[in-house]
Amino acid sequence: MQDFSGKRRVAVTGAGCVTPFGVGRGVLFDSLLAGKSAVSLISSFDTSDFKTKIAAEIKNFDPVSYFPKSETRKMDRVTQLAAVAAKDAILDSGIKLETLDRSRFGIVLGVGFGGISTTLEQHKVLIERGARRVSPFCVPMMIPNMTAGFLSILFGAEGPNETVSTACASSSHAIAAATGLIRSGKADVMICGGSEAAINPLVLAAFSSMNALSRRNDEPEKACRPFDKNRDGFVLGEGSGILILESFEHALSRKAAIYAEIAGTGSSADAFHITSPNPDGSGAVNSMKSALCDSGTDVSEVNLIYAHGTGTSANDAAETKAVKAVFGENSYKIPVTAIKSMTGHALGAAAAIEAVSAVSSIISGIIPPTINLETPDPECDLDYVPNFARKAEIKTVLANSFGFGGQNSTLVFKDVK
Amino acid sequence: MYFEKIADVVRNHLALDESVQITPETSLKNMKIDSLDVVEIIMKIEDCFDIEIPDEKLKEFRNLGDIAEYVKSVKES
Repeated sequence: MQDFSGKRRVAVTGAGCVTPFGVGRGVLFDSLLAGKSAVSLISSFDTSDFKTKIAAEIKNFDPVSYFPKSETRKMDRVTQLAAVAAKDAILDSGIKLETLDRSRFGIVLGVGFGGISTTLEQHKVLIERGARRVSPFCVPMMIPNMTAGFLSILFGAEGPNETVSTACASSSHAIAAATGLIRSGKADVMICGGSEAAINPLVLAAFSSMNALSRRNDEPEKACRPFDKNRDGFVLGEGSGILILESFEHALSRKAAIYAEIAGTGSSADAFHITSPNPDGSGAVNSMKSALCDSGTDVSEVNLIYAHGTGTSANDAAETKAVKAVFGENSYKIPVTAIKSMTGHALGAAAAIEAVSAVSSIISGIIPPTINLETPDPECDLDYVPNFARKAEIKTVLANSFGFGGQNSTLVFKDVK
Repeated sequence: MYFEKIADVVRNHLALDESVQITPETSLKNMKIDSLDVVEIIMKIEDCFDIEIPDEKLKEFRNLGDIAEYVKSVKES
């Protein structure tokens, strides 16, 4: 089963996640369709000294309901989130791990900060109690590749195992890398996506110093407002999104339900600035064009865009410009949604959570809204599906992710029904 | 008293339930636990008794009873 260019086709057969709404794509998508915001005042530490006091935290997360404590205590929170999301995705796919050729079953994950909770905790131990008290688990818990490594042990995945770090585009690049491994014949089944758990004082202070975060502390649920004229920054989020990808042959041989196809991927660099997107959107244009070309998709075929849509002044204007440059007159007819308005920005996990939502859109034919879009911005004049979910015929979805460093990634999902 | 405290440290660290017996003859090596766990358990025992166990001593311990004897010798000397 090959695509138009002779490459093996890649099926999405499972989707799992841990988000502030709970575990699983069902609770995520229901919450998104209801236009719920996951943003609230930060509860995990004291924010008195911080300009920003809000985030989309996962509260009451209990990994011990999913894995023995003897395993979870060796995991940083970033790995705990991914392990639970992956277990959820595997269950969703119906795949029987014991039947797999383990050497052709792999993992690619995207992470932004890695085990930063461990790094911070153990640094405190070092300063306050000395070198002899630093945990022997510090290194395996803080290194960013351990999430994918740990999952390989949990699920017996002996095939390709890689970690991608491109900041806020990490998990999009990870899904693209996993797609490439299946297309090229190096793997048949891949766990892919990303995870992030970086809501802590250092990261909050650091993004805050960049003036990147919303300071709408008195109305947390209204703080993240992509494409709205009064947007004032993004809101930190956390979580994990995982897709199970299979070659079409593998999926069909086990009679799996194929939710969607990953028809193509694109990638580019702005080569412009360490944190700001190029205002002309050219990096984003190249990424989208590359994904359309790779998937053999004409601009007229795309009927939904999952925007990067962070709610920063710079991103949303540049992304809008880029969409117009790629889609021309068609851009006004294509719904563009930004679910970060509800989930917050889960950084290295954001693209994977958006991928789970995009797949859910294809399955259900419903587009979640961009909430808090109240005052139009002349610079952002596309159809952003404001405030209410919408039914639509969804055959081809393009999903954008852009990371600091100007690293961009675009995925194209197609309905195969 | 020393042994009971050490057994508690091991039991809590490894989240062992009551059905698992820990005796002075119990050896961390024979429990087939992660070598990194052994290091962390020793750290917790040091914290528990506010002592430092020299690395060369660690090699001499055959079981938890030996550790308890050593702790006793340090604390009561």
